[in-house]
Amino acid sequence: MTQRVRNTISIDEKLLFEQAPGNRSSCDFPPLDVPSGEMTDYLPAALLRDDIPGFPELNEVEVVRHYTRLSTYNYNVDLGLYPLGSCTMKYNPKINEKLARIPAFVQAHPLQLHENTQGCLKVLQKLADLLVKITGMDGVTLQPLAGAHGELTGMMLIRAALTARGNPRRKVLIPDSAHGTNPASAVLCGYTTVTLKSDASGCIDLDELRRHLDPDVACLMMTVPNTLGVFEKNIQEVARLVHANGSFLYMDGANFNAFIGVARPGDMGVDVMHLNLHKTFSTPHGGGGPGAGPVVVVKELVPFLPVPVVATRPDGNLFLDYNRPQSIGRVAAFYGNFGVLLRALAYILREGSDGLRQVAENAVLNANYIRHHLSRDFHLEYQQPTLHEVVFDDKNQAEAGVHTMDMAKRLLDLGFHPPTVYFPLIVPNAIMIEPTESESKAELDAFIDTMRQIAREAREAPKLLQDAPQDIRNTRFDETLAARKPVLTWKGTGPA
Amino acid sequence: MRYIPHSEAETRAMLDSMGLASVQDLFQCIPAALRLTADLPIPRGKSELELERYFYQLSRENDGVLEFTTFLGAGAYNHYVPAVIDGIISRSEFFTAYTPYQPEVSQGTLQAIFEYQTMVSQLTGMDVTNASMYDGATAVTEAVLLAQRARSNTAKVIVAGSLHPFYRQVMRTYVANFNLAVEEVPWDPTGRVDLTALAAAVDDATAAVVVQSPNFFGAVEDVAECARIAHARKALLVMAVTEAASLAAFKAPGELGADVVAGEGQSFGIPVSFGGPYLGIFSTRSEHLRRMPGRVVGMTEDTRGRRGFVLTLSTREQHIRREKATSNICTNQGLCALMASVYLAYTGKSGLRELCRQNLAKAHYAREQLCAVPGVGPRFSAPFFNEFVLTLPGDPHAFARFCKERRIVPGVPLKWFYPGLDQDMLFCVTEVNQRAEIDALVAATREFFARP
Repeated sequence: MTQRVRNTISIDEKLLFEQAPGNRSSCDFPPLDVPSGEMTDYLPAALLRDDIPGFPELNEVEVVRHYTRLSTYNYNVDLGLYPLGSCTMKYNPKINEKLARIPAFVQAHPLQLHENTQGCLKVLQKLADLLVKITGMDGVTLQPLAGAHGELTGMMLIRAALTARGNPRRKVLIPDSAHGTNPASAVLCGYTTVTLKSDASGCIDLDELRRHLDPDVACLMMTVPNTLGVFEKNIQEVARLVHANGSFLYMDGANFNAFIGVARPGDMGVDVMHLNLHKTFSTPHGGGGPGAGPVVVVKELVPFLPVPVVATRPDGNLFLDYNRPQSIGRVAAFYGNFGVLLRALAYILREGSDGLRQVAENAVLNANYIRHHLSRDFHLEYQQPTLHEVVFDDKNQAEAGVHTMDMAKRLLDLGFHPPTVYFPLIVPNAIMIEPTESESKAELDAFIDTMRQIAREAREAPKLLQDAPQDIRNTRFDETLAARKPVLTWKGTGPA
Repeated sequence: MRYIPHSEAETRAMLDSMGLASVQDLFQCIPAALRLTADLPIPRGKSELELERYFYQLSRENDGVLEFTTFLGAGAYNHYVPAVIDGIISRSEFFTAYTPYQPEVSQGTLQAIFEYQTMVSQLTGMDVTNASMYDGATAVTEAVLLAQRARSNTAKVIVAGSLHPFYRQVMRTYVANFNLAVEEVPWDPTGRVDLTALAAAVDDATAAVVVQSPNFFGAVEDVAECARIAHARKALLVMAVTEAASLAAFKAPGELGADVVAGEGQSFGIPVSFGGPYLGIFSTRSEHLRRMPGRVVGMTEDTRGRRGFVLTLSTREQHIRREKATSNICTNQGLCALMASVYLAYTGKSGLRELCRQNLAKAHYAREQLCAVPGVGPRFSAPFFNEFVLTLPGDPHAFARFCKERRIVPGVPLKWFYPGLDQDMLFCVTEVNQRAEIDALVAATREFFARP
């Protein structure tokens, strides 16, 4: 069987606060070149603190060792396949990191004169233009700082447009297969949510949709392809029904990587869509952010986009335009996660029209390759053709007392990061696999072999799975203890 | 094709194994009318060398960024970023990992976040800190939403007019869809919130009082008094911070009575980067823990009793609670939180103290020198950290244009944010500004305003 790479350091790295005391920070500053005083020379002593109790004081070497040792405890996509369904863990190109560190970009203050930051503004304008063309929409805001932030912004745009028409309406329809952020974003925008039951193929049930479309419906939020990886075959009819009701169609673009370059949301009747640049457009996930969640819209919604937007003066120079009376306002302190936006632009330019289409084709090819070669061993609840991901469950293994979590944890022993588990909710005990286009045939074959080994072990040695992981640094954690007696900061002791 | 490993032969072998003729067969589920027949209307892919040339060309159009001396703050601060930070965050193990859903193979990220939560709590003097928010503006807005959850039947928040104007705009965008009014109270001649006006504005329907310290004008607020006024009517005191370095100098907000500390952590080793990505800081008291938005890491042990860390209290979160979640926030600013952690660990207690001392010394020197220019005077009298407002004897925009010829960006004219402060400018001086630069700014000021 496959021997996978491990780079975990064997020692237990202490917390910063437990390192040997008595060290002195290596941090230094140039000697003060202005008249030098103590803090109390400038401020009333009553305002000042004497100490930061417990705060670390370490040498640079110790700091570097500390974080480097910690880093060895992490799985990462540069190490191997990271098949988290819906998360799109694709390769993060190294050139993008280099470009994002060019000093003239990194050191640009957001309130710097426009004439000094034309380069930054061009990055924003160029990316905006490309995202509009790639999605076939009419306008975009780059300001939202993450996918969920983009969802909220998109909902606010819909609400503003409906209010301008005379009635913001009250309800948002959301299929039961949706990401959990969808209902949370709708509620944060002041709407109540109504869950639509999917049909037997996991798609939107047109009759169910018709039953729920009434004058109070602001929009339908749908994910395409949905969280099963199934493309919404009736999308044109869905759009027609939604629009005939005077409602908007919101597409959650988290899965856009499945059909980028193959089809365009703008041609499908979509009115609003957020894009996760950290998924489709290769920007690093960073252990949980920063992401970026630009929102593309049709013409009717353009006047409501957040301020500012990049615009061109008659002399050709770019500037930040705040003069947009119908705008919903700002959604972030400045102009979006510029460093993330720049990386996405680099990715799009590098791939180009030819490359982006191949991205979708290979993401879909890889997912279907896994589906084909695992479907004898694992149960597939929904049989419809799928695009970039596939959702199995544990029905074939449950009889032996082996469940989804056991198989996920056994994968850790065998050197792979597990797929997304227990999501989407419409497949009980789901195992949601998304390989992305980055994986080689060899890596896919190794994963398939390993999954088959796990299916075999489930029949022959279920305890191996139920006790997994055993071969890596940690066994399973007591999550109940963590929640029951929360220890969220270091106070010198562990959980009681 | 640039980042796709398959050879044609491998693709063929994969298709054959699945009994397919072509990759196109896999897209038959998309209605034919929707499938593109031509390439996207964008350029074909570039080589890496072409890409690099393109971006270096664009960066040259940012020339002024490196050549100009700036005294800009106002929510984004020029602090020195030690090399150690990039050295750590450039490790694939950190920047190419996902949210730590599988704790057994994510202990690096999880322990680092736990340490971040601890260090930020030590600085804010609060019980708990979440794993980070998007940025300062959204963190302050989420603090207001927490207050409304904590104080049911409240309908308004009172916000100091000296809270960062962009933060107030974001808050208004969010609450436009709620039954929550945002009322602003003015500042007094010292530059601090007018405590009499504040006391008059707070009533039983008030969910929170939001005060920034140091505020947008640089003035250090009497946070303890603001908290007393808020608490007298059972409102929460939200302390907003844009200059996180100041936390190391001043009494901890928790000690002053703040219920939530929310703000921007960019000063902790994160470059200004044209406005993002930054770091939303969010700390609060234990009693609000289960109302807190965002992810949080807790300590636990594995089945062998070995200490470790996991994402916890997720029953507050959207992926479990869906429409009943405390917030729709999903990812945080993980890598930025790591940057802040490395910065804080590297700088240490003594380094932060020296950082604060240098900022105070340089900003006070600059203000003193500028105020020696005839006609220039301080707008406000309150104590300040590294930002201050001066009233100029002429138009700040004309002055800024004059400074441009000297390759100086003097500060932020306040007229745009505060009609009425037409001759006022906000200056920021940090440890990166050298005396010669400050003296050049003073000379330019003297020369411009001495002109007839």
